Amino acid sequence: MKPPPFDYATPRSVDEVVEVLREAPDESSLLAGGQSLMPLLNMRMAQPRVVVDLNRAEGLGAIELTGEGRVRIGSMVRQRRLETDQELRDRLPLLTEAARHIAHVPIRMRGTVGGSLAHADPAAELPAAVCALEGRLLVRGTEVERTIPAGDFFLGALTSAIGPGELLVAVAIDTPPKGTGWAFHEVARTHGAFALAGAAALLHVGEDGGIDLARLALLGVGSVPYVPDWLGEMAVGEAPDESLFRRIGERAGDEVAPFDDVHASADYRRRVAGVLSARALAEAAGRSNGRASG
Amino acid sequence: MTRRVSMTVNGRPVEADVEPRRLLADFLREDAHLYGTHLGCEHGVCGACTILLDGEPVRSCLMLAVQADGAELTTVEGLARADGLHPLQEAFREHHALQCGFCTPGFLLTSLYLIREQPDLDDEDEIREALSGNLCRCTGYQNIVDAVRDAAGRLRQESQTTKG
Repeated sequence: MKPPPFDYATPRSVDEVVEVLREAPDESSLLAGGQSLMPLLNMRMAQPRVVVDLNRAEGLGAIELTGEGRVRIGSMVRQRRLETDQELRDRLPLLTEAARHIAHVPIRMRGTVGGSLAHADPAAELPAAVCALEGRLLVRGTEVERTIPAGDFFLGALTSAIGPGELLVAVAIDTPPKGTGWAFHEVARTHGAFALAGAAALLHVGEDGGIDLARLALLGVGSVPYVPDWLGEMAVGEAPDESLFRRIGERAGDEVAPFDDVHASADYRRRVAGVLSARALAEAAGRSNGRASG
Repeated sequence: MTRRVSMTVNGRPVEADVEPRRLLADFLREDAHLYGTHLGCEHGVCGACTILLDGEPVRSCLMLAVQADGAELTTVEGLARADGLHPLQEAFREHHALQCGFCTPGFLLTSLYLIREQPDLDDEDEIREALSGNLCRCTGYQNIVDAVRDAAGRLRQESQTTKG
């Protein structure tokens, strides 16, 4: 269980990263926090010719809070910072809550936001959270920087829209409207283990008492985060009551296509996904407009 | 091709020429000759190789030695004081928080960070959650939890005495 030999590059800037990648786009692996790539190297499931270490590259490690409620999180921001950065917590509590579910503290100390998103593990928390938040992923290549909506970024298990020779630079997220409630729930066999299923929810209740914003993203129940495109139609204008959330959960559970594996059957995952969807939406509703959390 | 790396381990400088693929855990064991850092799973699950990197707990099996160039590390060998064991180690001994001892270095360093971050630590659930990234196959965890809670109390008392 030791990594195979590789060439090791430590570019100092994003330009240098792109430069290094250009030399061997198909044979290079980007090393961010290493909490997924290092196990793959140790087990020799990955055998890149070049490991491009992003840890000494400038310009990837900042959290920027810009005007109009926009948040830009550099791809090398450690997951632990999502928990400890007070300003970020105030703006995007869903992200903080999702981060707390990622493995354990020593993993989150190294693990990065960009690493988790680019790795695109179907059971990972951040891809689902960023889908619920409708984030945009900034990808830099040789020629251009392009922006990919979260909904188009995850193509399959461990497959993202990042092409050879490209790197994920940051994720941009608009702060949801003031008073939007949030919740993140998952079920795992033990604390910190990979989620069997999980749900990230945002919900806003308008002054008339009806829902005017509802978003949901599920993890662990398919090869990519599941985002129900029918949610708005079903929820907006309705009163935020338990029976509505239960019906949404049942429909979501019916529509997802999870896998069987040694940890849980597909059927179990479907049922859990439905229950967690309802629970997350109800809790988000309870937190909307600063109402007491459920 | 090797690279020269130098870091501070338990307050002492360590230098060596290593291949980029050298894991930090192997660097500590093979190059720094500090065998207290144990390798269990080598993919980040068991926590036995946990060390402090610039004061923060990390898996030394999931880092390359070259990545720690210039860093300050604490391993289990750095815990004991001139006049004896660290209070955390004392608590582990008194509470019988280890049997075979393989996982103990990882538990000690994870716990040390935990207590430093949260000096008022007392809640059993919190301790269990914070230690959930370290696996122990012998003790059943209860004695480890007791030891960490007790150690937090001892260190609180110690800092009060120092202040007073």
